[in-house]
Amino acid sequence: MTHFTRRNMMVAGAAALSLPQAAVALSSASASALVDRLVADVNAVISSGKSEAGMIADFAKILDRHADVPTIARYCLGPDGRSASVAQMAAYTPAFANYIAAKYGRRFREFVGGEITVQGAKPIKSWIEVETTVLLRGRSPLQMDWHVSDRSGRHAFFNFIIEGVNMLLTERAEVGAMLDRQRGDLDKLIAEMWAA
Amino acid sequence: MIKMTCRAALSLIVLGACTPAPEGVSVHDPYEETNREAHEFNAAIGGMFGGDDDEVDDGPAIPVEITSKVVNFGDNVSLPGMVVNGILQGNIDNAFQNSARFVLNTTVGLLGFFDPATGLGLAEVETDFGETLSIWGVPEGAYLELPVLGPSTERALAGRIVDMIIGPLEFVGTKEQIEYATIGKIAGRVIKASEVGDTISGVLDDSADSYAALRLIYLQNRRFELGTTLAQDVADPYDDFYGAQ
Repeated sequence: MTHFTRRNMMVAGAAALSLPQAAVALSSASASALVDRLVADVNAVISSGKSEAGMIADFAKILDRHADVPTIARYCLGPDGRSASVAQMAAYTPAFANYIAAKYGRRFREFVGGEITVQGAKPIKSWIEVETTVLLRGRSPLQMDWHVSDRSGRHAFFNFIIEGVNMLLTERAEVGAMLDRQRGDLDKLIAEMWAA
Repeated sequence: MIKMTCRAALSLIVLGACTPAPEGVSVHDPYEETNREAHEFNAAIGGMFGGDDDEVDDGPAIPVEITSKVVNFGDNVSLPGMVVNGILQGNIDNAFQNSARFVLNTTVGLLGFFDPATGLGLAEVETDFGETLSIWGVPEGAYLELPVLGPSTERALAGRIVDMIIGPLEFVGTKEQIEYATIGKIAGRVIKASEVGDTISGVLDDSADSYAALRLIYLQNRRFELGTTLAQDVADPYDDFYGAQ
């Protein structure tokens, strides 16, 4: 007889939820397709002509749809995340998403008229690296790599690297500096991230 | 502060050796105190990243048609030095491409103000003596932030100084030619810096520690350009979460 404990049901539920996505195995082709959809969404926001606040709100939705935000948020908090309570982590993740959307969304106007094209993809460790070229008006082309994984239960990017500058490593240092400035008080960091 | 940086640079040249970077550390910054002073200075003069943090767009007052010509000219007079570096690196293909580019842009491109070479597949293969040193196996050395010149490393600074000496024009050019070339190089560099500067300055202005942010961005970008990105500079968040502790 099958005994459904709460834990078993949760595992089964999570598996069922992730089924439609996990049915497509992570490959260079599926990761490139994700980046294509992401680029299309980003281009739509850039050409929408919306206000900065509108663009930031749209960018937050794109992050939600295509990025593994909880993993990015946790990585950027670094070792300090280990001493955080469950409630603090639950409050920190959406605050971090707001901080990232505001920070990068504000730079969007610099990309008006720009174009991102997928050049190729290759597996690295447990993920796929999708290489793109960013063409901006009057500038040399930039290389931008996207790291796509299915470890969250769906295909999502968790990092991008612009001309060698790694978002995860750079943001982990930045979040560490922000936390230092708040004397290690995670609640104050969360408030600061909402104000971003 | 400037004196100390110069002393660091001089001792480096005299010894001809850079401080080796310790294994497993992607940032080697023993001169952090002096570097931070230079960073304060650079931030104050606003040369590094736009001094005014309000939304005033002090951007291109000069039309892009003119600034692009200055950039072209500056790039063109830098090419002979890049050819020398290509040869020193044993990279004959790159040296040949930059030579062909120099000949074409200097003649058809009217002394380098126009850039017909890129359209013909002869894009600039950017290099410097810092890269030559890297290929020769000289370690990166300590991170430096120089007054006015901005972020660098011991190896990159040594390369910069040598680049100023080895440009072939310095041997064969007339005094006027050298002067125009030098002005062109500097003007081209200032315009390029202000283009990228808008993006970088925004990121740095918002940063909780703009010194550390610039250091990290510079080192990652420089290593990417030299193809010397360290293995530990790859972030694997899933390994941290699910893998071994």
